[in-house]
Amino acid sequence: MSEKKNGQVRIGVYICHCGANIADTVDVKAVAEYAATLPGVVIARDYKYMCSDPGQELIQQDIEEHQINRVVVAACSPSLHEHTFRGAAERAGLNPFFVQMVNIREHDSWVHTEREAATVKAKDLVRAAVQRVYFHKPLEKRRVPIHPEVLVVGGGIAGIHAALTVANSGKKVYLVEREATIGGHMAQYDKTFPTLDCAACILTPKMSAVKAHPNIVLWTYSEVVSVDGSVGDYKVVVKRKPRYIREDLCVGCLQCIDACVFKEPKFDDEFNLGLSKRKPIYIPFPQATPKVVVIDPEACIQLRTGKCKRSCLEACVERGAIDFEQKETYEEIHVGSIIIATGFKTFDPRRLPQYGYGRYPNVYTTLEVERLVNASGPTSGQVITRDGRVPKSVGIILCVGSRDENTNRWCSRVCCMTSLKLAHLIKEHTGAEVYIFYIDMRAAGKGYEEFYQRVLNEGVHFVRGRVAEITDWALDPSEEGKLVARVEDTNTGFVRRIPLDMVVLAVGLEPQFDAHEVQRMFGISCSLDGFFLEKHPKLAPAPTYTDGIFIAGLCHGPKDIPDTVMQAGYAAAEAIALADTGYFELEPNTAYVVEEECSGCKSCVPLCPYQAITFKEDKQKAFINEVLCKGCGTCVAACPSGSIRQNLFEDEEIFSEIEGVLAYA
Amino acid sequence: MEEKPVTDKLVTGADWEPLIVAFFCNWCTYTAADLAGVSRMGYDPNVRVIRVMCSGRVDPQFVLDAFAHGADGVLIGGCHPGDCHYVEGNYKTLRRYHLLRRVLADLGIEPERLRLEWIAASEGEKVAKTINEMVEQVRALGPLRLSRRFREWDAELASLEAEVKRGEEVAAHV
Repeated sequence: MSEKKNGQVRIGVYICHCGANIADTVDVKAVAEYAATLPGVVIARDYKYMCSDPGQELIQQDIEEHQINRVVVAACSPSLHEHTFRGAAERAGLNPFFVQMVNIREHDSWVHTEREAATVKAKDLVRAAVQRVYFHKPLEKRRVPIHPEVLVVGGGIAGIHAALTVANSGKKVYLVEREATIGGHMAQYDKTFPTLDCAACILTPKMSAVKAHPNIVLWTYSEVVSVDGSVGDYKVVVKRKPRYIREDLCVGCLQCIDACVFKEPKFDDEFNLGLSKRKPIYIPFPQATPKVVVIDPEACIQLRTGKCKRSCLEACVERGAIDFEQKETYEEIHVGSIIIATGFKTFDPRRLPQYGYGRYPNVYTTLEVERLVNASGPTSGQVITRDGRVPKSVGIILCVGSRDENTNRWCSRVCCMTSLKLAHLIKEHTGAEVYIFYIDMRAAGKGYEEFYQRVLNEGVHFVRGRVAEITDWALDPSEEGKLVARVEDTNTGFVRRIPLDMVVLAVGLEPQFDAHEVQRMFGISCSLDGFFLEKHPKLAPAPTYTDGIFIAGLCHGPKDIPDTVMQAGYAAAEAIALADTGYFELEPNTAYVVEEECSGCKSCVPLCPYQAITFKEDKQKAFINEVLCKGCGTCVAACPSGSIRQNLFEDEEIFSEIEGVLAYA
Repeated sequence: MEEKPVTDKLVTGADWEPLIVAFFCNWCTYTAADLAGVSRMGYDPNVRVIRVMCSGRVDPQFVLDAFAHGADGVLIGGCHPGDCHYVEGNYKTLRRYHLLRRVLADLGIEPERLRLEWIAASEGEKVAKTINEMVEQVRALGPLRLSRRFREWDAELASLEAEVKRGEEVAAHV
């Protein structure tokens, strides 16, 4: 099969050793020797690192000197180096789509141990590629323009930082936040480790900057409800929930709150995690951004029954910002890329009943204690238990919902440091004896170990062991009226009973409750743990497999604030780079119709999820719009007359691959 | 292409190793197989993976062709329902898969030789597990190797033809 429609086919085969990664398991020399015997193969070489410059030059030289016009590289996964070898071919003047990669590392040498079997497999795969590449055609990459505007989903510190970075580069940003204010979890924290600077002091200037930025459109109390399109042009619909306040008119004077017919706050304040109460009309916290009140339709008498004297209206009569008739609205925007920063939720410790959360009032989560120690929190910064006592002994239990086969297997990364910080703050506020129950203390980070040492020296007691249970069952007078932590101290080997006034559960971090819906809406993937999946765990931790969609912050996995900000900046840089390039190159793997062969049966038309296939009534033929086609090939497989083809995945290419791997069967 | 001599013992079972052709979608299962590699999750070397962009690209003819050319089993890997990179290509695959299994049964090929599995990009372990299970299942079913049977049948037909021809020649002489 040398001379047919493709002219004289001259194939060069290159087998990579990948140092020892491949060569240790696959007999690369034997594979190269074997490849040299295959029809059409002019040159077969093996080389230590094909992806290195000399490796690529080898290919370029052969193209120029030996008129190689098809290249097969047996190395790692095409997702890693396909573009590298296509680039090499292109530099030597060969169309890059005459290159075919064979994955003999991830799919062979790394998963098999028997040298003979792995070598046979490598030969089979190389033969398939050689047979396939024969049919390759020269193709052109498609360029799609990039809409310069960027959508950021989620207004926590990740979303805030990403939005500001993109906006500072001169691009328009839409920042969509589900809650009534931006700020996210960070706004709820009191101090931040290891420097103990107050979270609000460093966060609120950034929140104000978002609100004031001319390039940022801030939509709070809003949710993305649909996403269409692809890189360069995503059509996004955002639902703006009614807050029953006209955002453009409200100045945040808060007089309406004072005027509310509820004289006393009686509804759980979400921002303080129910540790305090609010009115039906409220502002989440003093520095809420935008500083606009919101009405809770579940609590407001007017919205529930329509029978309220509406004293809030009177208070706002001048501005007229209150609007009980407000309805949800939908905004449609077009953006070139999207940064997802939807955050996390904390582990619900009720799932571990042995710790008594929800049963014993003096068992708290770390997030609740953050609010307790905060000067603007429910107790104005006083650490007092739910029964009104200043605790004399406090126990912090680590890894609640982390590093646990029964709940979550991952380490939530921030709980050790959060607990050290809270231990310090509790000691500072109350002078209580603080016990930290830990499995391992993890204090990796700039200044973290030093902070750990500092807290050690402050006299906090560290007990190494997983607490078996928290009980109020007193066995001797010292335990009366207290909670008791039953724990095996694994350093001494004794089971201890430690009486405590207050128990703090360092709850782990979990994917947002609606992470799967978000994942599906944006067409990205989740890791096994349910956090969003990055494109590469080391080298592309913000891009996803969906071009033009980036992830930042805790929606990607547990991390602390510095790491979150870094990832957000990285995601923003990717979005800016994409917008500045102005175009994105797509794989030319689109489907097309061979008109002469199309019988006009229309079976393909309803199959396309992108409406790329239309039926031309005048010709009675199907037509595929190349711009809309994403290249899945579903219609190709369905066409009964075989008249739909797919670039890069032509029938004859795949058939020859099948026959290639099975040549000796 | 050079031909290896047909060894009948492969068809009868001795020295036979299952050979499985797998069609993996680029976004989920192929990536998961890459992850299995990166994580060094060993599995049986009996599988040959062919990458397609979407499991929806897997034409039933690919499966039949693989069997015809000697595969003992065919594995299709796609994204979980709802997670398809192309919205719903995997649902089309599912429909075809069920039809195809019935066709296979009619053709005398055990439907268990064809398996469809949803494997997400993060499920490297599932790739290894599925392949090992598939190899075990096909091993239990025994060799299919239609390619060899076709060659055998061809040889049988040829010898029959020769015999008939010889008979005719003898008859002509008599």
